[in-house]
Amino acid sequence: MGLVEIENVNRIYMPEGEPVKALDNVSLVIESGEFVSIMGPSGSGKSTFMHILGCLDTPTSGSYILDGTPVSSMGHDQLAEIRSYKMGFVFQGFNLIPRTSALENVELPMLYTGMGAAERKRKAMEALKAVGLEGREKHNPNELSGGQQQRVAIARAIVNDAPIIMADEPTGNLDTKTSKEIMELFVRLNVEKGKTIIVVTHEPDVAAYSRRIVRFLDGRITGDERKR
Amino acid sequence: MRSALTMLGMIIGVGSVITMMAVGTGAGQKISEQMASIGSNLLIAFPGAATAGGHSMGAGTQSTLTVEDSEAIRTECSGVKDAAPLVNKALQVVYGNQNWSTLVMGTTPNMLDIRDWGVSAGRPFGWEDVRSATKVCMLGQTVANNLFFGMNPVGQTVRIKNVPFAVIGVLKKKGQNPSGQDQDDTIYVPITTAQKRLFGSQLYNLVSIIFIKAKSFEDLEPAERDITSLLQQRHHIGPKQDNDFTVRNLTAIIQSAEMAVGILTTLLSTIASVSLLVGGIGIMNIMLVSVTERTREIGIRMSVGAKTSDIRFQFIVEALSLSLIGGAVGIAIGAGGSWLFTYFAGWPTIITAWSIFMAFGFSVLVGIFFGFYPAYKASRLNPIDALRYE
Repeated sequence: MGLVEIENVNRIYMPEGEPVKALDNVSLVIESGEFVSIMGPSGSGKSTFMHILGCLDTPTSGSYILDGTPVSSMGHDQLAEIRSYKMGFVFQGFNLIPRTSALENVELPMLYTGMGAAERKRKAMEALKAVGLEGREKHNPNELSGGQQQRVAIARAIVNDAPIIMADEPTGNLDTKTSKEIMELFVRLNVEKGKTIIVVTHEPDVAAYSRRIVRFLDGRITGDERKR
Repeated sequence: MRSALTMLGMIIGVGSVITMMAVGTGAGQKISEQMASIGSNLLIAFPGAATAGGHSMGAGTQSTLTVEDSEAIRTECSGVKDAAPLVNKALQVVYGNQNWSTLVMGTTPNMLDIRDWGVSAGRPFGWEDVRSATKVCMLGQTVANNLFFGMNPVGQTVRIKNVPFAVIGVLKKKGQNPSGQDQDDTIYVPITTAQKRLFGSQLYNLVSIIFIKAKSFEDLEPAERDITSLLQQRHHIGPKQDNDFTVRNLTAIIQSAEMAVGILTTLLSTIASVSLLVGGIGIMNIMLVSVTERTREIGIRMSVGAKTSDIRFQFIVEALSLSLIGGAVGIAIGAGGSWLFTYFAGWPTIITAWSIFMAFGFSVLVGIFFGFYPAYKASRLNPIDALRYE
């Protein structure tokens, strides 16, 4: 049984006029501990797929079973709970809360799981240490470089011990050298901590770090290759 | 900065409500004090018709009220508890080498009861003193202070118009009456003594004023009517003639003044609470702007697991803290404003716990009420849209 089991999922947007089929009968299984890249040109449905995968959105039809729990028909608050325990997100634009220290940004997910203040701080410091940002916990996002901000975001993604980390173009705003460091950090989390990592990207260089590449075009999966 | 401006609305609202209520309560309190200082349920009758105008009733009908009138009011009018006649004249009082000009009042012992007054030292004069016209007196606090400088006057002798009077008592402090007159600047002597020894025979048996105490507040008006008709009858005044006396209901005058102050306070507080409302709308406005500006932040919070209730709670708490801080500063400013009123305008102000409680409670309500819609709006955002929002 896979960690993520997606079967015949459709996602249809209903703007004015014609319905748009963003996902067309997609099925995919991801095992625990995999490092998967999702590639495709813009408009191919890869972002929509990631939103559904990340429980930020629900499919129009089809089934999604996450870790043995069917989540395709859950309500807002149930999905929020799944997100807080099972998912960590890393975005292209970092998405840190401005005017708030790195430490508080990392503490954010634990705020919603009802953890005590001392425990929150301890775990957040641990996560910051794990991404190599010791001594920067008091800095606000605007005082950190792009790479450092992304590390804070990664620390935030791992702090709740979520088994899955989803990254949407995590290196889109970073230079080549920093991109390499960030991707190596993902690899380390995958290998050392056994996290399942799903990266959405259109850069082959980024996808090269993963061991499985799923390609999207026009809302369908057109390729699924594994290395070695 | 923007939050500070937003709070200004609350600050001004709460501050003005507190100040207005303090001024109103203070004024009410002062009026109540004055009422107590005059004596409760009080009527006065004095000679000379207030409505006389150009009419002359003819000589001999001018100073018309007599000791017998007072006695008749006391015994014949229903609703009247007691009545005491008073004669007065400003005279000089001498003790040793000190002298002081004051109002000498000749009256009967029951006057003290009628005016809710008493002695702080010595004893009041009695009916025996009135009957035998003894030369005894009670000093008001002001007179006692100005002649004796803290010494105990009881047992000493003062001279009024060269007549020696034994001081047998000192009256309690009474304060100012509503027209600002010092009621302690006085000397009380038995009415008979005053008439025979001090004021001369032309005033014999005539009185300057009659103090009447009604049995209760409800009895004031019927008593006023009874006294008027009794005096009309005694003075042989027909229905078409003008009265040669006036009866006045002191308590009713004060009561209506109290009511006017109450109405004014309510009016001012109402106006002030409009600014509370405006302050609340300001908070709602800033919260809506803040929800729009922080859409992305809301998206981030949702993506890391915040539930709709968490988001709603966050924004309500923010609105609430804005209004609470505004309310607290407003209370401080209201207290300061009340103090300024007392300091510069000399108005007595009283800040009651109730007015603080009300202003604070109101600002909490405003915070919750006007914070709810923005909070609700924030919590309904779709996480994906919120995250993508630029």
